[in-house]
Amino acid sequence: MTNLSRIKITYFLMLIALIAVGFFQSWNVALTIFNLCIISSIMTLGINIQWGNAGIVNFGVMGFAALGGLANIIISMPPTLNAWESGGAMIIIGLILFILSIVFSIILFKKSSLSNKIKYLISFILVISSYFFMRFLVDIPIEKIEAIEPAKTGYLGGFNLPVLMSWPVGGLLAAFSAFIIGKISLGLRSDYLAIATLGISEIIIYFLKNEDWLSRGVKNVNGLPRPVPYEIELQSQAWVLKTSNNLNIPINELSSIIVKLSYSILFCVVLLSVLFLLEVAVKSPWGRMMRAIRDNEVSANAMGKDIKKRHLQVFIIGSAIVGVAGAMLTTLDGQFTPVSYQPLRYTFLIWIMVIVGGSGNNFGSIIGGFLIWFFWVQSEPLGLWFISQVTTHISDTNIIKSHLLENAAHIRLMFMGMILLITLRFAPKGLIPEVKR
Amino acid sequence: MDFLNGITLILNYIFIPGFTYGSQLALGALGITIVYSVLRFSNFAHGEFMSFGAMSAILLSWLFMSFKINIYPLPTAIMVLPIAILLTIAYCLIVDRLVFKFYRQQNSKSVINLIVSIGVMFFTGGLIRFIVGPGDKNFFDGERFFLKARTFKNITGLNEGLTLKTTQGVTIILSVLLVIILFWFLNKTKTGKSMRAYSDNKELALLSGINPEKVVLITWIITGTLACVAGTLYGLDKSYKPFTYLHLVLPIFSAAIVGGVGNPIGAIIGGYVIAFSELIITFAYKKIFFYFLPTYLVPEGLLQILSTDYKIAISFVILVIVLLIKPTGIYKGKII
Repeated sequence: MTNLSRIKITYFLMLIALIAVGFFQSWNVALTIFNLCIISSIMTLGINIQWGNAGIVNFGVMGFAALGGLANIIISMPPTLNAWESGGAMIIIGLILFILSIVFSIILFKKSSLSNKIKYLISFILVISSYFFMRFLVDIPIEKIEAIEPAKTGYLGGFNLPVLMSWPVGGLLAAFSAFIIGKISLGLRSDYLAIATLGISEIIIYFLKNEDWLSRGVKNVNGLPRPVPYEIELQSQAWVLKTSNNLNIPINELSSIIVKLSYSILFCVVLLSVLFLLEVAVKSPWGRMMRAIRDNEVSANAMGKDIKKRHLQVFIIGSAIVGVAGAMLTTLDGQFTPVSYQPLRYTFLIWIMVIVGGSGNNFGSIIGGFLIWFFWVQSEPLGLWFISQVTTHISDTNIIKSHLLENAAHIRLMFMGMILLITLRFAPKGLIPEVKR
Repeated sequence: MDFLNGITLILNYIFIPGFTYGSQLALGALGITIVYSVLRFSNFAHGEFMSFGAMSAILLSWLFMSFKINIYPLPTAIMVLPIAILLTIAYCLIVDRLVFKFYRQQNSKSVINLIVSIGVMFFTGGLIRFIVGPGDKNFFDGERFFLKARTFKNITGLNEGLTLKTTQGVTIILSVLLVIILFWFLNKTKTGKSMRAYSDNKELALLSGINPEKVVLITWIITGTLACVAGTLYGLDKSYKPFTYLHLVLPIFSAAIVGGVGNPIGAIIGGYVIAFSELIITFAYKKIFFYFLPTYLVPEGLLQILSTDYKIAISFVILVIVLLIKPTGIYKGKII
């Protein structure tokens, strides 16, 4: 089968599945799934450009997505004025000083010709002392800020700008941190890189969970502004009332469908533009060079390609895409909850999407994102249905049956594992294989 | 007297918990290191193997508890450990036969194996949650303490108490025993030597007539044993929740890498390095200064270097630092 017909068939089947959900469950559910499918496939595209085209294993998806989410707070929430008065600037100065000391010691290691022992000693003393200096600057303002109406604010707040701006800013934030992370860890080979990025993404999550002055930590930031109208506003609009009467759909259902549809349109715009840019990039000489580096680093190096620089470049681009998707996700949720960032859901699930869709093929990534997210959501009812079918002949009071029904929801983890293992075994190139050029 | 009090404080809050947690990490890291050095991939499913072992121990000890068979004052879980180990080994072997073997024969890249192990991780995690459910499981019985704080205070007349929980004592004793057996096996027996030869140079080992399938079998037996014991001990000491074992994988990997991947001694050292640095960095030093310094010199505040919320993050920070400065780890391991 050619790739084109594969794309046609899989996309068509996916569409039918979503429409079926619309008819059998409800259009609200179908649209919710559709929106999250789009976000997942954007994340998958970001990882695919790294893994499929450059062979970089990035297990830090969760961290970049969370940074994108953080951009929502920084951009769209109103600033807490008291907080800035009680020393918000001091915190930022302290942090910058600490980061500068780390950067300085890294430069020292790279550039200076001193002996190793002296380098270790200087950078150790420098980093430790600047850490305590930062604590000295920062501790009191943090305490003051977190004491300002802890139930409502207790953090610095943002810039009160339109929330749509947080998507590109989320991408920039992720790109910036990808630059630092890449500088640190891209020299490592695949396994170490995977573990290092996973570790760093956990550090990012711990930071967001515990630094209440920035993200309110586990108290979450609720009520992020929305780029689309609220349901209540829609329900009082004349044209909505009219359509509701004409189509014979209850007004509250119709309004939430309209809200979700407008999100879908926004997301589709992002997805299509990301896809377009990536397709152009992959087909360009740049993409050819990336694949050459992936397939044979030594010979690419011999041809004069700067492998380190190219890897860093593609790492930043992919992570920025993940950051944008993370920002979109938080906008869709309307709240930022650091606790919800789990490696299983963000990092590993996205990786399953990449592998199942077909690594190295952008259209494959999109269908991978759609398919896996669809099953991630739908395997819970599917599992329940399956268990109840298997156990129809057992009486309802049986302990085993009730236990099975109770835990049926966890079948989805098994299911995901099976999908990944079966794909790797029988179709290691994924649903839509990489195009041979 | 103040000096002794201070020492007791350090023993009670840093040394004993650090040694316990370190032993658990070390056992886990040993499992990862051995799979890495023989089968050449980073096994992300190891945390779930540990969880599987703990789950078997839980189910078995519930079974035995219902028959009222126990070994008071020790927890029943220790008694059923051998059966649980067998179950874990069986699971590891089945997984190897169905999944990993194929990629071994294909000579796949280690990254592919790593992604495969993620699939195994998902499946095993789901299986465990399906069998016992996602909630907290308590399976501790028997005497809670070897040494109670009050008894210690009465005996010594100090202000500070020293406690040794049963789980802590059992953890330390069992891990020391297991490590001794493992090293004896690897260094003294013929099978152990052939395993080391295989991990050192595969082609040469095959040429000298070492049966690769046997080496793989032994590897999984060792890994299953270590995973089951580590998982059960961790579950006994903290509490068993399928979810926590996913998060345990990273500290364990940190321990293995810090010590030097592929080097068993390194894995043990790495485990203790991670455990002790977590405790030392998040410990509130106020009380210790209170004992060691004259009163007017004791500073205000808790004197924590980092708040306890960051406890687990420390292992990642150490991991990153080690990867930056010395990717081969403390004891030179293989570079992946």
